Amino acid sequence: MPPVTRGAVTISADGRPVSVSAGVTVAAALLDAGISAFRRSVSGESRAPLCGMGTCYECRVTIDGVAHRRACLVTVAEGMHVTTAAAAGAGTDGRP
Amino acid sequence: MSAVAGSAPSARPASGAHETRADIVVVGAGPAGIAAAVRATEARRRVVVLDEAPNVGGQIWRHRSVDTLGTDARAWVDRLARTSADVRRGVAAVDVVVGGDSGDVTVVAERHLGGVDVIRASALVIATGARERFVPFPGWTLPGVTGIGGAQALLKQGATLRGKRVVIAGTGPLILPVAASLTDAGARVVLVAEQAPFQAVRDFALSLLTQPETLLQAAMYRLAFLRTPYAMGTWVTAASGTDRLTAVTVANSRTTWTLPCDLLCTGYGLVPNVEMARFVGCTTADGAVVVDDHQGTSVPPVFAAGELTGIGGVALAVTEGEIAGAAAAGVARVDPSLSRRRQALRIVARRMERAFALRQELRSLARDDTIICRCEDVRRAAIASFADSRQAKLYARAGMGACQGRVCGPALELLFGWQPGTVRSPLEPARLATLSTAALAGAASPDAVHSAGS
Repeated sequence: MPPVTRGAVTISADGRPVSVSAGVTVAAALLDAGISAFRRSVSGESRAPLCGMGTCYECRVTIDGVAHRRACLVTVAEGMHVTTAAAAGAGTDGRP
Repeated sequence: MSAVAGSAPSARPASGAHETRADIVVVGAGPAGIAAAVRATEARRRVVVLDEAPNVGGQIWRHRSVDTLGTDARAWVDRLARTSADVRRGVAAVDVVVGGDSGDVTVVAERHLGGVDVIRASALVIATGARERFVPFPGWTLPGVTGIGGAQALLKQGATLRGKRVVIAGTGPLILPVAASLTDAGARVVLVAEQAPFQAVRDFALSLLTQPETLLQAAMYRLAFLRTPYAMGTWVTAASGTDRLTAVTVANSRTTWTLPCDLLCTGYGLVPNVEMARFVGCTTADGAVVVDDHQGTSVPPVFAAGELTGIGGVALAVTEGEIAGAAAAGVARVDPSLSRRRQALRIVARRMERAFALRQELRSLARDDTIICRCEDVRRAAIASFADSRQAKLYARAGMGACQGRVCGPALELLFGWQPGTVRSPLEPARLATLSTAALAGAASPDAVHSAGS
């Protein structure tokens, strides 16, 4: 992992270390890391944030092992592990 | 699972839940919720405020640092911080019970990363704001298509838009400041498409002459992105790309054309977030919660303030919040100056609604294979023959998914004229552990467990 700079945190996005500014949301961090598919829909489409405010549930990812967290509502934290369903190769929206 | 009833509130410590007793619980920490909490704490009431976001401010006052806020917003956010209000962020209210044995209000809230809060209070102020209205069109599910509020929210959350080619399409004065802020962030806004015809926009602009301040503000925004084409009577008919957006097709009454872009932001107006209010039985009309002079709903002691009582903008939301906060705290008389301001702002809001009514063409953009319900991937052809949203949900799963019809519900209304169905608990998808806590707290309905797990 790259050294943590002042005002920055490093998260793991689909297994890749990503350095982002402290205080940004997981959604913003993933978009800036070039991830455009946050989840796969029930018919296998790539989906990414639509509403940005917690309404649409399109930005659902797994955060530190907790599935279906809305990436637009969670602020990044040092060492946070984020997994997108798209990267997991799931052909569904990853429901339990 | 049936609710446990009949025991004293303090005698049921739900397992794992953090219980709090307050005078007033405010759901939503946008302008209305903040104003309500400030007024109620100033009247010496114990107030708990709940919000889903990592920070207070709602959508319009969203911020990571208070230094970036405008003067008014900063003043209210600072004022809230100085009060004794117990402000809880990153929690979603999933269940509410009004009345029952104690006559109290019980709100069960789930923390995003684990934990359950149960708050019991003597009054509830619902300040859940509004969400964006999405119009389904071919390609609208592609990554790279967002709401205008969504794009602005993601920008404020820290996303970088520098160098991105952006098309903004929608209606109303809100699209102008968004175009300006995306331009400020380094995005290349290649087109702003206003669906309303030139005449409607002009008439509305002229009607604002009585509010020089607002007009001036709009003009300033306009200047900030002067190099951007602002096309009236123009709308997006389709988005295209494989796995992400690469182009949009745009139409006016004479022609259609396609232009490459990385981000399409649509803004077809706002939809009041009435779900919680409807769940507890509050009367609604035209999609908004009906309130009296004190912002009281049809279900005492529940008050509603802000966009959920009718889309009216931030100034109206603050005014309603102030009135609701005071009323929930038991102040009998509505401040006459607040009452006058509320009336004036409501008139402007109604005028705006008329000027920017959605054109008929937007109702027929979705084709047979266009997805209407994004959570369940329900296409138009699968539901077009049904009679109402209940049938579409029962037989085709439209509105059955995680967003609980918050996105497709208004679309079904626009496309087919169907009214939204019944609101059930949990109000947001919740973990089973949360639901069992809710049941122990006496706040869960029997439906809650059945609709869990999404």
